[in-house]
Amino acid sequence: MFLLTGYEYFLGFLLIAAAVPVLALVTNLIVAPKGRTGERKLTYESGMEPIGGAWIQFNIRYYMFALVFVIFDVETVFLYPWAVAFNRLGLLAFIEALIFIAILVIALAYAWRKGALEWS
Amino acid sequence: MEYGLDLEYSFNEFLKGLGLSSEIAHIIWLPLPMLLVLVAAVVGVLVTVWLERKISAAAQQRIGPEYAGALGVLQPIADGLKLLVKEDIIPAKADGILFTAGPILVLVPVILSWLIVPFGQNLLISNVGIGIFLWIALSSIQPIGLLMSGYASNNKYSLLGGLRAAAQSISYEIPLALSVLAIVLMTNSLSTIDIVNQQSGAGILSWNIWRQPVGFIVFWICALAECERLPFDLPEAEEELVAGYQTEYAGMKFALFYLGSYINLILSALLVSILYLGGWGFPIPVELIAKFLNLPINAPFIQVFTASIGIVMTVLKAYLLVFIAILLRWTTPRVRIDQLLDLGWKFLLPISLANLLITAGLKLAFPQFFGG
Repeated sequence: MFLLTGYEYFLGFLLIAAAVPVLALVTNLIVAPKGRTGERKLTYESGMEPIGGAWIQFNIRYYMFALVFVIFDVETVFLYPWAVAFNRLGLLAFIEALIFIAILVIALAYAWRKGALEWS
Repeated sequence: MEYGLDLEYSFNEFLKGLGLSSEIAHIIWLPLPMLLVLVAAVVGVLVTVWLERKISAAAQQRIGPEYAGALGVLQPIADGLKLLVKEDIIPAKADGILFTAGPILVLVPVILSWLIVPFGQNLLISNVGIGIFLWIALSSIQPIGLLMSGYASNNKYSLLGGLRAAAQSISYEIPLALSVLAIVLMTNSLSTIDIVNQQSGAGILSWNIWRQPVGFIVFWICALAECERLPFDLPEAEEELVAGYQTEYAGMKFALFYLGSYINLILSALLVSILYLGGWGFPIPVELIAKFLNLPINAPFIQVFTASIGIVMTVLKAYLLVFIAILLRWTTPRVRIDQLLDLGWKFLLPISLANLLITAGLKLAFPQFFGG
């Protein structure tokens, strides 16, 4: 029935998991009071009248972290098959992974030195 | 070591006895463990919420909930019902679709991750081959939902909270994945069942925590950060950001965030106990108990004992960790955002990389102690 055995459970559980918030929200829609408008629809800003919106251009300081994250996330994806098959690959695979990680550590040291990991 | 009950097989045999074909039996069986796990997760959340309120009260020399049921055990249910009948407010300036999709996108992957949580040899929904890797993949969906709800609120606090949540999640995901990698290296498998079985044998002495003490601490810190628990609850820091990305949320959508964060906490505690504390394993090896009672290892009593003690041990270990997490929340101050990022990138990342390489080296040198 399925190409990958065991994954029909994943699909089924995805449907059940998705049904939980949908059912909760629909129940809320039915039983909760509604139709009231006015002040309650105002954006919260500590009791003040909101000044301007939040959809403006500003410096997102985390973008450097996001870039470094992509590098290391891809690295871990490459390392998972290596870790699973390590007992069959032996010393050579260890040295290869050592070189692979060493290159990334140099990249991390470079990013660190350049101040990409600084908040201010 | 293939002991434990196979419920699926006996259930299917029972249905076939009623004259149904094996395909129909399989389809009838399919949703049962899922619903059971879902109910278990929700009950776990109710217990955790009650524990949190009682322990926080004890930490601050208050009494805590006491009127709803004995010792206030029904308080979380009352809270849930209250939120269910609360009015749903979508701010006029917000993006309605993204505002609704955000909490759903946060909750669904967290529930879905319970697919791979084993409570016993055969007591899990599905032993998918990629196991723990599926959890790593699913946990990276959550920041998208947080970012989405923060942005859709069109509120300055929400936007800052959502950005913080995303930055925090991605910063701590890499040390988390690397410390899981060290376990995978020792197990030669991604399956959670194999990970627990690899830790059985000598009881408490063969648990991964002794072979991976650094990995255990790194994983626990990262798990707390991923759950946005104090000392890492910057995305919803009350004093600065009101409630972070959930500022504009009310009623059921707020409850979805709440439910998601507590399910995530219990999930993390369960995963710590599976990866490092022997999962469903009893601290004393079953062989020793069987020998002490002069029974063979496959005696019915021993089989029932291991199957029933398995669930108790898993839940006990997980709740011990939940207890520690709650105590930490009510006794530690919050870190600053630069301290948080420094801890993740400049301390935990190098440490977990070194831990991975040292584990690989030790596995080459002493294969018998590190899973062959």
